[in-house]
Amino acid sequence: MNRFSQIFERAAEEDRLIVSIFLTVGHPSVSESMELTLAAIESGAEIIELGVPFSDPLADGATIQASSYKALQQGVTMRDCLEVAAAVRGKSDAALLLMGYTNPFLAYGLENLVRDATEAGVDGLIVPDLPPDEAGEFERALQGSNLSMVYLVAPTTNESRLKTVASHADGFLYCVSLTGTTGGEQIGQGVGDFLARVRRETSIPLVVGFGISRPDHIASLRGKANGAIIGGRFVRLIEEASDDERLDAARSYVESMVEAASGK
Amino acid sequence: MTSSGAQQATFDASVWENLPTDTGHFGTFGGRFVPETLMPALEEMADAYSRVKEDPEFNAELERLLKHYVGRPTPTYFAERLSDKLGGARVYFKREDLAHTGAHKINNAMGQGLLAKAMGKDRIIAETGAGQHGVAVATVCAMLDLECLIYMGEEDIRRQELNVFRMKILGAEVIPVSSGSRTLKDAINEAIRDWVTNVLNTFYIFGSVAGPHPYPMIVRDFQAVIGREAREQMIELTGRLPDLLVACVGGGSNAMGLFYEFVRDTDVKMVGVEAGGTGINSGMHAATLTAGRPGVLHGARSYLLQDENGQVHEAHSISAGLDYPGVGPEHSYLMDTGRASYVARNDDDALRALGVLAREEGIIPALEPAHALAYVIDIAPSMSRDEIIVINLSGRGDKDMETVVDELGLRG
Repeated sequence: MNRFSQIFERAAEEDRLIVSIFLTVGHPSVSESMELTLAAIESGAEIIELGVPFSDPLADGATIQASSYKALQQGVTMRDCLEVAAAVRGKSDAALLLMGYTNPFLAYGLENLVRDATEAGVDGLIVPDLPPDEAGEFERALQGSNLSMVYLVAPTTNESRLKTVASHADGFLYCVSLTGTTGGEQIGQGVGDFLARVRRETSIPLVVGFGISRPDHIASLRGKANGAIIGGRFVRLIEEASDDERLDAARSYVESMVEAASGK
Repeated sequence: MTSSGAQQATFDASVWENLPTDTGHFGTFGGRFVPETLMPALEEMADAYSRVKEDPEFNAELERLLKHYVGRPTPTYFAERLSDKLGGARVYFKREDLAHTGAHKINNAMGQGLLAKAMGKDRIIAETGAGQHGVAVATVCAMLDLECLIYMGEEDIRRQELNVFRMKILGAEVIPVSSGSRTLKDAINEAIRDWVTNVLNTFYIFGSVAGPHPYPMIVRDFQAVIGREAREQMIELTGRLPDLLVACVGGGSNAMGLFYEFVRDTDVKMVGVEAGGTGINSGMHAATLTAGRPGVLHGARSYLLQDENGQVHEAHSISAGLDYPGVGPEHSYLMDTGRASYVARNDDDALRALGVLAREEGIIPALEPAHALAYVIDIAPSMSRDEIIVINLSGRGDKDMETVVDELGLRG
């Protein structure tokens, strides 16, 4: 049983959603990304998305774009992301995903990537500009490894595409709550119907992302999804906090979201 | 596999003519590398396009507007004085600069505008670099009564001010883009973000043969009128096909438009001319096919200017319309199969060529096709008088006068 199944089964038994945190590696620095990741895990986050910076992040709103730009200014590469993963893996059992755009993965070389990500203890990839239709090369490279390709579905995804994406799904399905980019402060309005529609097609865990920023957003997903991803809001918190308050702010924010996810 | 730039098979017209595949691939290039949110919209667009393509009413309307509104067919002109001066091949210009709005971009904007209308979408967005695509889209939106938003990099707004004024007068909203290099690449990112957000009521009129499927195919098909006319006109004027076609390549729409009808005529050589900026070795250029390697940007796999980590390089060119680090996937295919070749000419070469054409023929070209002309000025003298070159004169130079006057020190 892979790490995702364990995490979701345990959460289901305990009647809670899992909380997943996204941050951009190298924002504000590689060493702080490591500390922030560990702080998020200590505060109850069970899946971490380590954002691989890219020059042209077209699915991201202003907040994550800016974090990606700042990371690149400091020369952050795939290697740094793998090092953060390895360091975190040494201290934690949380699931670790690399989340980034297609081109840096291709440039690293998919065989190298599978080898090095496995060695670093990474559990999978999320590539927002790679629908399963184009992912043959990635899936072939991942075959036989313990890495999962996590795909996204969106409210615009129609039934026939839902079937296609669900048939490729691995680990969990990333359900985009709204039609838009990351970084919004509101969850999509029709998310309940959307999740019901996805649930009809697959029994794989559903994790909702985009626009989730407040505890009541997570609370509203109880019974409809298996988890929630907080990205833009967490990156903004990192951006806005002063250096000496950053870790504490991250801890108390994640704790409040984890509490809501447990129905407390 | 292809990320290291593997050679495709040798060119085979019977394979090529069925491209792209249903999933938008030209060999290993093309495809749809976009967020899932957009996949249904791209499928819907491909379906709608395949319907209108066979619809006599749609085609009659497009043809009527191209004739009576755009001013097609544009002439093909024998540049006798220039040919004499170069002392080699005979040089002909396909005069896309004489089309309404002053460039070839209107051909595609008109086609996609009608497609948007047929699909019932009333909010139009577009990106623009030099502003020619933006002006064409704003024009079509005014005529078809569609809401129009144009994304344009701040750097391009500065250097193509005349076209910004034109778009505004035509009733479009011009949205400045301040991210990244503040040029075409970033305008496309921003337009895609708008589309992801407003996909249900919005049609994105993409300006080049790049981007996710079906854009490279749709834009190619709407621009192919250039080569269809040129082929007929050359047969009428000279009794035969030309020996060499030359066009500038940024994303590659005017080049694909000229080349498409001749691709099967394997005796006709095709050369695309990219922007060499201040020189390939300077690193400040936009010569994607000449100096890049395959990668994924803006929804397609194609040649790309990128660093070793897969981060996209900022392109550099005096010409805003060529200032793009990507290129259409079909050009990558034509290059790798050996059917077309691609070279680069620098900023200075283009400026010189612009001056030559102005003085020898009384035509001021845009800086984009001036790159193509610069290559012809180099190559024509080594060819014989029996040989024939057709250049796509893709746009006129009005928009560039500020830049050219400054560069040549003609102010005051």
